[in-house]
Amino acid sequence: MSTRLQTGGTIIDRGQQIEFRWNGKRLRGFSGDTLASALLANNQMLLGRSFKYHRPRGLVASGAEEPNALVGLGEGARFEPNQRATTTELFSGLTAQPQNAWPSLEFDIGALNKMMTRFFPAGFYYKTFMYPRAAWKHVFEPVIRKAAGLGAAPKDPDADTYEHYHTHTDVMVIGGGISGLAAALEAGRSGARVLLVEQTANFGGRAIVDGVEIDGGDAESWINETLKTLNEMDNVTVVNRCLGAGVYDHGYVLAYQRLTDHTPDKDGPRHRLWRIRAKQVVTATGALERPLSFAGNDVPGVMLAGAVRDYATLYGVSVGDRVVIATNNDDAYRTAITLHRAGLIVPVIVDARPEANGTLPEQARALGIRIDTGKAIAKVKGGKRVTGVSLCVQAGEGSVLEEVACDAVAMSGGWSPVVHLWSHCGGKLNWDAEQAMFRPDPKRPPTGADGNGMLHVAGTANGYLDAASALADAGQAGRDAAKDAGFKPAAGTAPKAVSEAEAPILPVWSMPQGAGVKLQMKTFLDYQNDVKVSDVRLAAREGYESVEHTKRYTTLGMATDQGKLSNINGLAILADSLNAEIPRVGTTTFRPPYQPISMGAIAGSARAELFKPVRKSPVHAWFEDNGAVWEPVGDWRRPYTIRQAGENQKDAVKREILNTRQNVGLLDASTLGKIIVKGPDAGKFLDLLYTNMMSTLKPGFCRYGLMCTENGFLTDDGVVARLDEDTFLCHTTSGGSDRIHAWMEDWLQTEWWDFKVYTANLTEQYAQIAVVGPKARQVLEKLGGMDVSKESLPFMRFAEGTLAGIPARAFRISFSGELSYEIAVPASQGRAFWDKCLEAGAEFGIQPYGTEALHVMRAEKGFIMIGDETDGTIIPQDLNLNWAISKKKADFLGKRAQERSHMTDPDRWKLVGLLTENPADVLPDGAYAVDGTTAPTGIKTTIGRVTSSYYSPTLDRSIAMGLVKHGPERMGEVIDFPTTEGAVIKAKIVDPVFFDPEGEKQNV
Amino acid sequence: MSDVQSVLGGASFDGAVKVTEAGVQGMITLRGDLGSEALAKAVKSAVGLAVPAPLAVKSGAKGAVAWMSPDELLLTVPYDQAEAAVAKLTKALADEHHLAVNVSDARAVFTLSGDAVRDVLAKGTPADVSPAGFKPGVIRRSQLGLVAAAFWMTSDTEVTVVCFRSVGEYMYNWLCTAAKPGTLPIVS
Repeated sequence: MSTRLQTGGTIIDRGQQIEFRWNGKRLRGFSGDTLASALLANNQMLLGRSFKYHRPRGLVASGAEEPNALVGLGEGARFEPNQRATTTELFSGLTAQPQNAWPSLEFDIGALNKMMTRFFPAGFYYKTFMYPRAAWKHVFEPVIRKAAGLGAAPKDPDADTYEHYHTHTDVMVIGGGISGLAAALEAGRSGARVLLVEQTANFGGRAIVDGVEIDGGDAESWINETLKTLNEMDNVTVVNRCLGAGVYDHGYVLAYQRLTDHTPDKDGPRHRLWRIRAKQVVTATGALERPLSFAGNDVPGVMLAGAVRDYATLYGVSVGDRVVIATNNDDAYRTAITLHRAGLIVPVIVDARPEANGTLPEQARALGIRIDTGKAIAKVKGGKRVTGVSLCVQAGEGSVLEEVACDAVAMSGGWSPVVHLWSHCGGKLNWDAEQAMFRPDPKRPPTGADGNGMLHVAGTANGYLDAASALADAGQAGRDAAKDAGFKPAAGTAPKAVSEAEAPILPVWSMPQGAGVKLQMKTFLDYQNDVKVSDVRLAAREGYESVEHTKRYTTLGMATDQGKLSNINGLAILADSLNAEIPRVGTTTFRPPYQPISMGAIAGSARAELFKPVRKSPVHAWFEDNGAVWEPVGDWRRPYTIRQAGENQKDAVKREILNTRQNVGLLDASTLGKIIVKGPDAGKFLDLLYTNMMSTLKPGFCRYGLMCTENGFLTDDGVVARLDEDTFLCHTTSGGSDRIHAWMEDWLQTEWWDFKVYTANLTEQYAQIAVVGPKARQVLEKLGGMDVSKESLPFMRFAEGTLAGIPARAFRISFSGELSYEIAVPASQGRAFWDKCLEAGAEFGIQPYGTEALHVMRAEKGFIMIGDETDGTIIPQDLNLNWAISKKKADFLGKRAQERSHMTDPDRWKLVGLLTENPADVLPDGAYAVDGTTAPTGIKTTIGRVTSSYYSPTLDRSIAMGLVKHGPERMGEVIDFPTTEGAVIKAKIVDPVFFDPEGEKQNV
Repeated sequence: MSDVQSVLGGASFDGAVKVTEAGVQGMITLRGDLGSEALAKAVKSAVGLAVPAPLAVKSGAKGAVAWMSPDELLLTVPYDQAEAAVAKLTKALADEHHLAVNVSDARAVFTLSGDAVRDVLAKGTPADVSPAGFKPGVIRRSQLGLVAAAFWMTSDTEVTVVCFRSVGEYMYNWLCTAAKPGTLPIVS
C-alpha cells in the first residue's frame, strides 16, 4: 500500500493538516500536498478508469504529464471535469470525484469492454458499425456517445471570474527550474526586462529531488538565493503558478496563471491569461520521463521512477513497501537509492542494459540492492494494484525466469526534453541517437518578424540532462537571449553544478525486445486513450506510414495529455514496425497549449454584458423604458416595435404603420451611417464609388445612390447630400457604416492615393430622428426655429438651422412614401430632441415606430433593402434600378463587371411585386417559385424566390417582392410557391410599388 | 446647454482604480498635411500648441492636440467652443486641402485615476502601457476589451480614455470590471 512516511517531504508542512473529500470519503493531507500526493498518502492508488476499456488506472506521474489521474473537481457552479490530480494543489475543503466509472470506481460496468478488447482494434471507429447503415444513427452512435468522453460537463454557469493581461518584455523565460532561474538571472543582469514564469507553486524543478549541488552548496540554498536576487531586481518579474502555454508568431506568448485554484475563498479572478510580447523567449521546460513498454505497464502501482522519487522526497509519500525498479538508464538508480534510504525495500533493479557500472549503479550495489542487468519485465501481475512482476531476459520473447512480489514498479525509459514550446512556432528538432531523444536544432529556431531566431532553449529542455551542463547551457541561453533582445550581457561568474556522471542509456522501445502479440496487447503506450503497442503495429501493417495518420487512426496522443508520455514510445514502435529510422518517421506536430487551459481564461472578462459590445443610439434608453422589442441590426440594437400596454407585437406594428400613414410617426434613424467626404476631388471620387452621378449634385440637394463592389454586386445604398462645393455627406445602411468607410479609405489609400479627398465617419456624431407622416410638418413647425415649408424645403433638399433650440440639419427624404423629414442633431442632444418631438407631436397623434413598421412601409412603396433584396449576388439591374446607373460616366466600381455576359443575361431573375391570390396568405420569406417541371435529379425547377414579404396594414392584404425569371415581362401571370408544409401558394406578378405609385404623398 | 447629455451622465466607480465618465468634451478631427505651415498656424491658433510628433499628445490652457495618423490630428477644446473652433480652422485652411469636423458628440470620455491605471489598460489593450512605452505625452489608438479606444496619460496616475459614444456603456462596464477591488495591481 501507499502511505505517508514518518519523515521527509521538503515541500509539505506537517504542521498544517488539511481535510478534503475524495469519492465521498473524508481524507487528510498536508499543506503543500498536491491532490495526487495526498491521495497516495491515503493509499488511494486506483483513481480512474481508462477511456476505451475502462481499465483501472492509477497515478503514473507527478506533474503535468500525468495521463490517468483526471478527476472532477469542485461542485455545482465550481465543478470542473478533467482536472489533473498531480497539478491540483490541495486546499481545505477540496472535493473531487473519479471520472469515467459507472456505477462506481471499484466496480465499473464499462470494464466489460476490456473483455471485448479484440473487438476494439486500432481504427475500430472506422471499421466497425458500418452495416447496416441505419444502425449507425440509431444504435451504435448513441451508445458510443453515451460511453465516450472523459468527465461530465458542468451544469451550472461558472461562478468564478477570469481576466486577460497584456505585457511586453525583452526576455521571457518559461520554466522556473535551475535552468530557468539561471537564464533569468543572466538576462536580468544585462538590464533587459525579464519575465520568468513557473507552472507550479515551487521553483527549482528536479534539482532538489535529484540532490544536485550548486556552487558547493545544496540546490535548495542556491534556488532560494537566486529567487531572492531576481525578486530584488526591478527589471525582473517572477510569477509562479503560471504556465507558459503557447509560443506564437512574432514573440507572442500565452501564459496561464492560476491565482485562486489553491485558495478558492480568495477574492479576485480565478485564472489570468497573460498575453505577452517578448523580444526573445527562453524555454527552460525540462524533460519528461518515458514509460517502458512491458505487459501490464498500466496496472495501478506502475509509475515513472522520477515520480516515485518525487513523492518520496517532496511529499514524504511511499508508493509501496516493495518497489521493483525497471530501467534502461542510470537515472532510475536515484529512485532506488532514495527509496532504500527511506527504509523501503527495492527487491530488484531490472536493467535492460547488458551491464551497469556507472557511479549511480555502483552506489546502489554498495547499498546491497540487487541489480539484474540484461533483464526485463515480462509481465506485471495484479488487477487494481500491482502484486508482483515476472522477469525475463530483455533479449528474449518473455519466458518467465522468476516472479518477484512487489506492490509498485518504478520504471524509466529515459528522458525526453520538453520541446513543445520550441516547436509551436516552427523550431526544428534533431534526433540524438546517443541519448535516444529529440532535441532542438539550434540552427533552425522559430523565427521572429526580422527572420532571426526568437527563442533559445535552456538546460535539460535543450538536451543537457545532467545538471552541470544544463546550468552552463542555461546561463548561456539567458545571455544570448539578452543579446538578441538588444542588451549587453554582463560579465560574471556562472553558477556551477555538480551531479553524478551517468553511463549511456540503451534505447528500449519494447520489453522484452521480442515480446509477442499477446504481451503487446497488454502493453500500453497511451494510457488515457488505451492505445497499445499492438495497435500501432497493426496500423503499420495496414499501411499507415505517416506518424500523423497513425496518430489519428489509433488515437495515440490524442487525449487531454496530448501524448506527453506516449509520443516518443509510439513513434519508435512505428519506426520499428516500418523498419525505418526514428528521425525519418518524425514526431507529430506540437500544438499549443502545452497543457489544457481553462475556457474561462480564454474568455477572460468577455461574458454576460461584456460578452459582446452592443452599440446603443442616444435614444436607446427611451426604448428600453417604453416597451421596445429589440432587433439586432449590425452591432446595434434597434426597436423592432414599441408595444403599448397589453399589445402583442403584430398589433403594435400594425398600429405604428397606420398611425404613421394617417397622422405622424417618429423613427430613431441614428444608426444610419454618415460619412463626410471632402476635397477638391470629392465629386470625382463619389462618381467612381456610386453607380450614378454625384458630382452634378448641387449644394443643398440630396440624391439616392447605389454602391457596388468591383464585381458589380450591389453592396450598399443611401442618400448623399452635398453640403458645399467640396463636401458631401454620404448616408449608408446601419450595418454598413464601418465597412463603407473602410472601403472608401481603402480606395483612397491604395488605388486613388493622388485624389485630394478626406473622409470622416460621423455616424455617431449625430442622432438622426425621422418625423414621418401627413402631420410631420406641423410637428416641426410647433418645435419652431426653421422654415420647413414645401417652398423653402422641398423634397430631396436639406436645410440647416435650429429646431426647438437645438442645432439641426433637416433632410427632406422619405423611406416610407410619406411626407418625411430626417433631422440630424448632435448626438448629445439626441434624447432631448426626441423628447421634444414626442411632446410637440402629442396633439398630432405622434407615435414612435420601429424597424418592422419601417420595413413594411418601404415594401409598400417597393423600395429595396440591402440584405433583403440583395445577398451579395444581386446587381442593380436585377432590381430594375437601371435609372440609378449612369450611362454617361466613363467608369465606376462595378461597371465593367456588369457588362459581362452573365450579368447581362436576360434569364437573370428580376425584381417584381407579388400578390397572393388569397390576400390573407403571407408568402414565407425566401420561398421559391417553381414552373412545374422537374429536373432529372428529381428536384423541382425553380424560377424565382421571395425577398421580402409582409402583411400590409395600409392595403389590408399581404404584399411581397421577389426575384423572378423574366419577371417584368410576365406581369399579371400567376406562379406557384410551394411551402415547406406541402401546400402551394399562388401569387400574381405585379409592379413592386404597391402604394402611391405617383409619389404624391411624399411630395407635399 | 441643459439638453446636452453625455453618454452616462457622469457615472463613476470607486474601484481599485477610480473610473469616471468625464462628461462631454469638445473634439475636432483635423485631417490635412501635418507638415504644412498653414496647418501648424491654424492648430496653434485653435489650441495654442504645435503639431505633435507621431504618438504624441500635448495639452495647454486652451486645449490639447494629439497625433492620430500621418494625416490626422485630434484637437480638444471646451465642448461649447467646438463648432466655433471648426469654423475658425476651416477658414484658416480655406486655401489648403483639409477636413475639420466636430466629433465631440461621437465620443465617450473616461478618466481613470489611481496607482494601477496601467494595469487596468493592460487587461484590455495589446499596446505597451509600461513606462517604457507609455507615459504622459504619449497617445495610443488601440483597443480596450472588445472595442476601439484611444488613451493617454495626464499624469503618472491618471489616464483619459476615449471611445465611440455607442459603446460608451460597454466601455464603462468593462473599465469597472477591470478596476474591481482585489484584482490590482497585477504584479506587486
